[in-house]
Parts: sequence; C-alpha cells; structure tokens
Amino acid sequence: MNAITTMMLLPILGTLLIAVIPSDQVLRIKQAALAITLLVAITGVLAWFSFNAEDTAFQFVQSVKWIPSFGINYAVGVDGLSLVLILMSVLLTPIVVLAGWNESEGGRWSAKVFYILILVLETMMIGVFAATDVFLFYVIFEAMLIPVYFLIGGYGSGDRAAAAVKFLLYSLFGGLLMLASIIGLYVISGANGGHTFDINKLSELHNYMSPTTQNLLFLGFFIAFAIKAPVWPLHTWLPDAASSATPGTSVLLLGVLDKVGTFGMIRFCLTLFPDASKTFTPIIITLAVISIIYGAFLAIGATDIKRLIAYTSISHFGFITMGIFAMTTQSHSGATLYMFNHGFSTAALFIVAGWMASRRRSTTIADFGGLQRVTPVMAWSFFIAGLSSLALPGLSSFVSEFLVLVGTFTRYPVAAVIATFGIVLAALYILIPVQKALHGPVTPGNENLPDLNRREKIAIAPVMAVIIALGFYPSPLLNVINPASAHVLEVQGFTDPSPSDSAGK
Amino acid sequence: MTTATSLGYLIALPLAGAIILLLAGRKADKWGHLLATALSASSFGVGLYQLSEMLALEPEERAMTQKLFTWINVGTFNVDAGLLLDQLSICFVLLITGVGTLIHIYSISYMSHDRDRRRFFAYLNLFIAAMLLLVLGDSYLNLYVGWEGVGLASYLLIGFWNQKPAYATASKKAFVMNRIGDMGLSFAIMIAFATLGTVTFAGVKEASETASTATLTGIGIMLLIAAAGKSAQFPLQAWLGDAMAGPTPVSALIHAATMVTAGVYLIVRSNFIFDAAPTAQLLVVIVGAVTLIFGAIVGTAKDDIKKALAASTMSQIGYMILAAGLGPAGYAFAIMHLLTHGFFKAGMFLGAGSVMHGMKDQVNMRRYGALRKFMPITFVTFGLGYLAIIGVPPFAGFYSKDHIIETAFNAGGFKGILLGSTALFGAAITAFYMTRVMVLTFTSPERWEEDQHPHESPILMWLPMAVLAIGSVTAGYLFNRGDLLVHWLEPVIGEHGEHTELLPHTVVSALAITAVIIGAGIALVKYQFSDVDAEAPNQVSILTRLARKDLLQDSLNESVFMRPGQVLTRLLVKGDDTVVDGTVRLVGRTALSAGAELRKSQTGFARSYAVLILIGAVALIAGIWVVTQ
Repeated sequence: MNAITTMMLLPILGTLLIAVIPSDQVLRIKQAALAITLLVAITGVLAWFSFNAEDTAFQFVQSVKWIPSFGINYAVGVDGLSLVLILMSVLLTPIVVLAGWNESEGGRWSAKVFYILILVLETMMIGVFAATDVFLFYVIFEAMLIPVYFLIGGYGSGDRAAAAVKFLLYSLFGGLLMLASIIGLYVISGANGGHTFDINKLSELHNYMSPTTQNLLFLGFFIAFAIKAPVWPLHTWLPDAASSATPGTSVLLLGVLDKVGTFGMIRFCLTLFPDASKTFTPIIITLAVISIIYGAFLAIGATDIKRLIAYTSISHFGFITMGIFAMTTQSHSGATLYMFNHGFSTAALFIVAGWMASRRRSTTIADFGGLQRVTPVMAWSFFIAGLSSLALPGLSSFVSEFLVLVGTFTRYPVAAVIATFGIVLAALYILIPVQKALHGPVTPGNENLPDLNRREKIAIAPVMAVIIALGFYPSPLLNVINPASAHVLEVQGFTDPSPSDSAGK
Repeated sequence: MTTATSLGYLIALPLAGAIILLLAGRKADKWGHLLATALSASSFGVGLYQLSEMLALEPEERAMTQKLFTWINVGTFNVDAGLLLDQLSICFVLLITGVGTLIHIYSISYMSHDRDRRRFFAYLNLFIAAMLLLVLGDSYLNLYVGWEGVGLASYLLIGFWNQKPAYATASKKAFVMNRIGDMGLSFAIMIAFATLGTVTFAGVKEASETASTATLTGIGIMLLIAAAGKSAQFPLQAWLGDAMAGPTPVSALIHAATMVTAGVYLIVRSNFIFDAAPTAQLLVVIVGAVTLIFGAIVGTAKDDIKKALAASTMSQIGYMILAAGLGPAGYAFAIMHLLTHGFFKAGMFLGAGSVMHGMKDQVNMRRYGALRKFMPITFVTFGLGYLAIIGVPPFAGFYSKDHIIETAFNAGGFKGILLGSTALFGAAITAFYMTRVMVLTFTSPERWEEDQHPHESPILMWLPMAVLAIGSVTAGYLFNRGDLLVHWLEPVIGEHGEHTELLPHTVVSALAITAVIIGAGIALVKYQFSDVDAEAPNQVSILTRLARKDLLQDSLNESVFMRPGQVLTRLLVKGDDTVVDGTVRLVGRTALSAGAELRKSQTGFARSYAVLILIGAVALIAGIWVVTQ
C-alpha cells in the first residue's frame, strides 16, 4: 500500500478506535492517541528510508479519480521538500500528545474530542504537504482550519473564542483569494490542453498567461501563504492564537501549519508562476527582512512568554521567506532545512513554556524568576530551546540560518546584511526572558514548583536530541533537501552567482 | 601537510566531561570535579604528544589536518568538520589545556564550598572543548562554532552565581556585546564565500593571492570587529569589567589567559588577509593603540582588584592587537606576548582569588594592605607576575613587551614614532597601576574591616600559582632564546620582516625601563610612602572620575544604543497593536457591520461567515473576470 496514503489513513482509523473507547476512560484514550501517533511516526521514518533522494520526481505517487467531471483527483506524492515536512509533522505529533498529556482536560469538550481533533489534524498535515492535485491541496488547506479552530476555541485559555475567530477569519480570507486563483488556473488549463488540477501539468501553464494574469493569480496564492506563514504585516492573528491555544496546539500551529505557507510559496508560487515570482521578489524580500527585524523587536518587548515565542517565529519565518525568494542553492536548501529545524526549536520552546505556565498558572514572564535553582531540568530545557532559537552554532538552527544568510548574501547583500542584525536581536529576545524567568532570586510563588516528571523528560528528550544532533550532523536532511532545492532552481532557470573575486581573475 | 588521526581527542575529552557532568546531575557531585580535571589534563597530554609528533617533522610539514566528517554541503558551500593543528594552533592548545588544567586544580579547592561545584566544572570543561575547537577549526565557519561556544561558556560562567541580578545582567551584557562582534565574523564569512567562493583557511589564503584589495579590506575590517568583540577591544570593550562577576578562576582562565585573546588569534590566523589589506591593518593598529591606553587609564582608578586586573587585561591585549596590526614584523611578538600574558595574568588572577579567599571575598583594595606577612606564597607568586607584566628584565613580559614597543617604533615614519610613543606611554601607566595594586594589597599598612583573619590558601590553590609564576619568570627568556618562537611560527605567518631601524634595540630597552621606573616610582610615592584612604576619596581630578566610570563607556552605550532601542521597541509594540492590528480590526469591524446590515436576523458566527462568503464571491468573480480577459 502507498506509504503516504497509509500514513493519512492511520490517524483516521485511530479516531474510530478512540470513538469506541468510553469517554470516562481518559487514560485509555490518551494511550491510544499516543500509540497511533507513534505508529504514524514509525511509518514516516520507514518512508524516509525508502525514499530515493537523487530522484527529483514525486515518489510514493498515488492518484485516484475523485470528481472526474472536473478532473479532480485524490493525487499524492512527495519530493524532498514535502518529505522533510511530513517527517517533521509525524515526529512532532506524538511528542505533542505526550508533552501535553493533560491539555485535553478542562476544555469545553471531552478529552475524546480533543484527541479526535488532533488525529484528524494529523491526517490533514500529511495530506496538505503530499497533495499533488491543486484542488485537493485547497480542500485540505481550508479543512485544516476546522480542527484548529475547535482546538483553540474549545481547549485554549484566555480570550480563546476571540482568538479562534480571528485566526479563522484571517485564514478564510486568504483561502478565498487562493480559491479565486485556483479557479483561474482551472479555466486557463481548459483553454490550453484540457481542464486539470494536476500540479505537474499546471506548472507548464505559465507559458500561456499574460504577465498581468500571472501576477494576479500569483498574488492570490501568495497572500494566502503570507497570512499562513505569517509575513509582516499579515501576522497579527498569530500572537493572539498562539497565546490562547494550548501549548500542544501552538506547536502544531506554528511548527507545522504555518509551514504550509512557506511550503506553498515554493510548491505553488514559484512552480506555477515563475515570472510573477521574479516580478514580486524585491517586494517579498523587503517584507521578509521587515518581518525578521520587526518580529525580533516585538519579541524583545513582549511581556507574555507565549506571545514572545510567537513573535520570534515571525522573525524566523522572515528568514525562511527571504531564503526562498533569494533563489540560491544555499538560501533555498537553508530555507527548507530552516522549516524543519524551526519546527523542533519552537516545539521545545512552546512545550517547556507550557509546562512553566501550567505550574505557575501564569504566562507573564515577570511572574517567574530563579527557576534555575527550583526546577533545574525544566530551566535547562528552556535554555537549550532558547539557544536553538537564537541559532547558536552547534545547534540545528544555526546551520539553516547561516545557509539562508550566506546564500542570500551572494544575490541580495543588503537584505542579508540587515537580516544579520537579527542575530543580535535574537540574543536579546532569548536572554531577556532567560534572565527574568530562570535567573535572579526565586520570586514568591515559585518556591515549590515541581521539576519535570518522567513523562515530561521523555517527551522533551527527543526534541533536544534532534536539535543538537542536526547541529553537528545535518547531512541526513541536507542530502534529501539538496536535490529537491536544486531542481526548483533549475526549473526556475536560476544559477548561483559565481564568486565575484575568484582566483581565476 | 600531514594527515593526523588523533586531533579529535583533544576536543572530545573535555567535551565528554561536560556532557557527563551535566547529565549525571547530583550523582556526580562527589567525583565530577576530579573527572573534569583528569580529562582536561588528558587533553593536555594529547597536546604534548602532538607537539612531539610535530617536532619529528620538517618545519614545512608540521601542519596536520584531520577531516572528522562532512558538516555542511550545499552546492558550492562545502564545510567539513575539519581540524588543523599547526605551529600557531599548538601554542594555543598547550596554553589552553595547560593553564586550563592548572585552573581546574585550583578550582577544586576554591569552589569546594559551592553547592554547584560540579556544574562549575562542567562549564569549565565545556569551555576548554569550545576553545580548542576555536583554535583547531580549519575554516572560518568551524572557528565560528568554537567562537560562539566559548561565548556560551563565558556567559554561563559569568552568570554562575546568577541568583544575584547584577551578575545575571553582566552575563547577558557579555553575550550580547559579543554577538555584535560575532556579526562581524558572519559578515566576513559571507563576503569570503560570495567573493572568493570558499571559507576554509587554506582556500581563502590561496584565493587572497589574486583577490582585490577591496575584498580583502572588507573581510579584514569584519574580522577586526569580531576580534574587538571577543577580545574586549575598543569600541566593544564594555563587557569585560562586568564579566568579573564570574568566579575568580574563570576570570583567570577565560577573561585573561585564553578566550579574550581569541581576537589576536583570529587576526594572526588571517595574516594573509591583513598583509594584503593595508587599510584594515591600519585600523587594527589604531584599535590596539587606543585600547592599550584606554584600558591602562581605567586600570589606574579601579579599587576592585579584579576590575583593575580586567582593565589591565584589556590594555595588554591592546598591545597584542597593536603588534598583530604591524604585519609580519609583529605577528610573532603578538603571540609571544599572548603566551607570556597567559602565564603572568592568569597567575595574578589566581593570586587575587587567593587574596579574596583569605579576606572573606573582599575585593576592595582599599580594604587590603600588609598581606605580604599573612600570605607569603601568594605575595611571591603575585609579585613575580607583577614584575613580569610591568616588564622588568629578565621576567617574561620584558621580552615580549619590549619587542612590541620596538616593532612599533620601527613601523616607519611618523606612524612609527606615534605608535612607539603610545606603547611606551602605556608601559609607564602599566607600571603605575600594577604597582598600585601590589602596594595596596601587599605592602602598604593594613586597612582591613573588622573580623578579618587573612591566611594563606591551601596547596591545591598555591601550587598552580607557583607553576604559573615559574612561567612568568622563564617564558620570555625561553621564547626569545635564539628567536625560538619567531622561527617556530615562520611557516604559518611568513618570514619575519624587519623594518628600517629607527631605534636600536638597546635604546628601546632603556626607554622602556625608564618608563617603568617613572610609572612605578609615582605609584610608590602615592601609595607606599603616603597614607591611603580606606574609603575612595571624592575630591579627585576629572580624569580619575572618568576613569572610575570606565571613561563613560556604559553611559555612551546606554544613551546611543540601549535607550533608543528601548524606545523603538515600545513604539513598535504599541504600533503593532494600534496601527497594524488596528487596521485589521477596523476592516474586520466594517465587514462585520456590513454583514449585520445585510443579515439582521442572523447572530454570532453565522454573520461573519456570511460576510466571508460575500467577500469570497466577489474575489471569485474578480478572478474569473481576470482570467477570461
């Protein structure tokens, strides 16, 4: 059976299993959810090993007619780019389940509903990266909003209803623009060789479009992805959503769902509209650089730990977007690697911040203090996650961030130079909360906070292991990413700038 | 070039120590410090073994390389985890592991009453590993990993007692200011890759032979910024004084002997860039000259013994940077002074720690005095370091500093006279402030607070001090004998170029000794032969007042960077809510009220859906209209 379809089916079958477990047996439900997500993760790892990195065509391809009269298929397949993101998603899901063991309790609905939502979301996370039919992609892209909406609105904290609605409205707005573009593509495909939603066929279509058409269709996709990613100034839904959602939901939201935005920029914007991509590159690079600096300043000014992490992500997504549109081998591979690494470092930050918040019953940074001496393991976990976020060499994010910077520098030196100032700001936005929360005297109310228990240690250990291992040895991922990135650039007709002052001169 | 197989152990041993001690937790409290010390010593052993291997080879073949694994490989950007041990890096390896091990031994006793001694040793091992990576990496990117690695270790150790808010702030300040320097290193690597297509030392060296001056100047200036950050040179020097918040052995190892000299290493390692970029080289010289005077002036006004020594470190590294900026004539002397300074300054810091140990952690020298009688070993070892730093023949600093002053004078023309005089003037101030430290601490009448019972430190503490004191006495003579160090380094830094001789060697020596006598004499008159106030006097000259405030470095940084940055942050936070999100909310509200008008009977979410469907329909129609045009 097709590996991708298997991975998508497993969580759905899992929801049936969970549905038959009586609602009052919460522990059973949790164990079932963990077992299912682990099974999916194992399947994902197996798929990873049977993937041929040298082949740049889609692999694990499956296509089944869905709505034949419109030429819509259930069509899936992965290349290096989507495989990396699927692997990240299926690895993070069981970690989220284990780390947020008690997040499902005290919500508006039962624990059962919570895990059904998580599992449905997992199926969609795999599908959204694997879809090779544009309509299928769109359906999943929009349908994903539903479980997230209920996860925020039903199990979150604070002003969760408002945050959920804001998230939904923003996303729907973007989704509708994309829908318009998709219909446009469909119409054009009909006039040029037959109606289709197949991404391979659609990628030939740009030859038949006027520049204006291409630009407008491009914008429909790009705005949707820029909201998702999020790129400045379309970012204001994220801090609200991230601070209201449970930590686990935030991990999936920032770690995985937001990647659909940057993934979509590569898969759809660049592939379908190469000329328009070039036209808009200067504006997008500018927005990306603004995101990097702006997100960092807002993170420095944040007083709420969850909002702070959300703002750091805006800065990080700026790096990813910049790397994508700088269109050099290094910046592109770096951007894809960045997506994977950001998933784990943000997961670590949100998970640990969530534990801190649930113990202290506060997300205000000033309420913490002196945790290093009260809860050393939790403090270390937060610190290492923070170091990863500030891209300390030796940790995974450094490799990707430096690749983006050095690659961007060869084509857009000014953008790269401004972005590099972000690394000083990153030191501030991490070390300020580290000082306030972990250092200093123990502030009243923190004296008796318990340190991480065994379950929590087991949940965070693999995240830390990935962060450190990939810092020193990123080759397993780069070997898969490189051919895929090179392929995108080749199709786009980009070659790297050659050294401007090389020895041959 | 020779291929080596055991360079990795140099780093792996202390790194393993750090990991074991941190993961084992409290279980390792009993033996952690012993393991860490043993691993540091084994790394020193491997270093000695490598030195013996080197000595068996011809000078041109002594450089050894070892590829550990492929690190980053994307397109033409290929960086291996590769190590390079040559005549330059072996000097550092032995300094780091040698002095490092002595300081481990010292810390066993010094930190014995600290509940977190194991964590302290874990950080020390982490530092040793990162510093070794810094000097052994075969490319600028590998160096970068060590470069920020030592920054992390420094951050952890400055903030070792971070339950005190001031100490936590000091550690953060050090990290952030270092990151500004690190940004320079990032830029240097980016320029190198974009222009020369490589970031390895060997590759950049080869490409530099044909590269344009503009490129090399750009890289050189960026490397200088990096060096200024790490080595606390003007204008990125403000963190070093605060870094004294760390336990004293840390100040000795990281903030005197090794890490802060990494900037000198970087410039000497990049000699092929600076030799071909005169403008960058001139800037190096200026930074060095300014800092050597700056640090020395600050040193004259500090009453905190550690801060006085920190200012002195800044000033002495200024000498090294100055020498490194003088090109092939100065590189070897920069390294020589770095090594001798490693001995005498580490020794004096350990001596300061010994004094604090005997004086209940008092650091104010105005509350010391007459400790010569109570701490004779500390007095003698500190005294030998003192004689070395002020440059009394035949102690170590005499040789290394004299060479720098002489090379500066012989740099040619007005520049030579200016630099030589600056270095000479610095030597006089050095003699002044170091004599002041010596007199206030050991030989002037006692000014202790009540309840002090000064006593000599235990053997585990004084033994490392004694070993370093031997180095302070002999190192200069040994390095200088038959130009040993100059010839040793020649394959890395090129032929030792001689400039036109402005002043003969003996004249320079005589001038330097005169400067020392004047400086030390003034200090003796002021502090040995006059009464010293136990409280710092308020009626002092404007220069003293400025020097006490570190020549306003913090006020400047605060008013130019910190406060505007805070204002900008506040504005952006407010603007994000009112302007960016405000616009979004306005659009949303308008749409919602439009929806309310249209569907008055509906409530709640249904209303918003209706609006969205409306907007969607409009977008859809627009889309179809566009594509059918």
